[in-house]
Amino acid sequence: MVLSQFHFVEIGRVALFAYGPDKGKLCVIVDVIDQNRALVDGPATGVKRKQVNYKSLHLTQFKLNIGRAMRTGNLLKVWNKESMQSKWDATSWAKKIANKSLRKSLSDFDRFKLMKAKQARNRLIAIECGKLKKQAKKAPAKPLRVRKRKS
Amino acid sequence: MSYCFSQMAPRKKVTKTPTRMITKDIGGDKNGGKRTIRISRMSRYYPTEDRPRKLRSTKTAFSSHKHTVRSSITPGTVLIIVAGRHKGKRVVFLKQLNSGLLLVTGPFHLNGCPLRRINQIYVIATKTKVDISGVKLPDRLNDAYFKRQKLRRPRHTEGEIFDTKKEVYQVSDERKQDQVDVDKQVLEAIRKNKEKKLLFGYLGAMFSLGNKQYPHEMIF
Repeated sequence: MVLSQFHFVEIGRVALFAYGPDKGKLCVIVDVIDQNRALVDGPATGVKRKQVNYKSLHLTQFKLNIGRAMRTGNLLKVWNKESMQSKWDATSWAKKIANKSLRKSLSDFDRFKLMKAKQARNRLIAIECGKLKKQAKKAPAKPLRVRKRKS
Repeated sequence: MSYCFSQMAPRKKVTKTPTRMITKDIGGDKNGGKRTIRISRMSRYYPTEDRPRKLRSTKTAFSSHKHTVRSSITPGTVLIIVAGRHKGKRVVFLKQLNSGLLLVTGPFHLNGCPLRRINQIYVIATKTKVDISGVKLPDRLNDAYFKRQKLRRPRHTEGEIFDTKKEVYQVSDERKQDQVDVDKQVLEAIRKNKEKKLLFGYLGAMFSLGNKQYPHEMIF
């Protein structure tokens, strides 16, 4: 376990609400209140400035360069300057969340279309796989060199 | 506006003389020549007690019931039949009949479900809708048309127990014709849809739940 594995709670850390009424919204840690709570604000994402327990936050990889207890208006300027929303949307984390919500919203017909699309793709893959197998049969690959362990 | 009675046109007096008696000539000497007779005869029986009246009840006959349909079910909606002979099939909803049952069709060539009545409680309404506004259904498609026919059960007489054949339900030519007529229009409506190829496949495929698919979490 290395320190660099962790994201830290620090002023300017961008966090995601894990549960509660603001679930799924991004916010910025603007000040630390005590061991358990932080002052948090998300002017661009509709989060009102408030105190929040760390337990309800999931820290992201992003950190804004802001001063302690920066006001909402200024925070919004920094957020927009850094184009934090588009940076977040480009992360695989955000894409996974978007995919999950898209999957849930599929109708029965959509699920059918998805199944057909998957089938078509898998058939193509199977065809290519078969071609490769045929090739391998005709020209058997050289056996992998087995490394002998130094005894 | 002032009304003056004296200036109003005299109301025509229509007097209806109640003719209850009629005079009839009768023959015979010394009979008086005429009799006044009632037109309608007197009743033969006058009850001594009031006829027993039924107490007022709030029960209404089934025919006067109001039948509502789920708002998600509109003409052209694709429904998933969840119980019965055709369970798992996706069918097109045509209209609600007077009894409250839903009239659906497969169409027959796509999934083998004919023109049929089903109760909406055995049905899941999907969000997929086909535009059947141009489809004209024959007028004779009503509850009496679809009423179940009672087939004669074979009577077992001595020595003929295994000979008499059981009457099997036969589809009438009328039904076949109506099926063809309605399906032709419905298929036309499906063809006009943008995703017609997938829709044809969709209506022909059966619905099933897979692992980790929970109906209360799914959108249909």
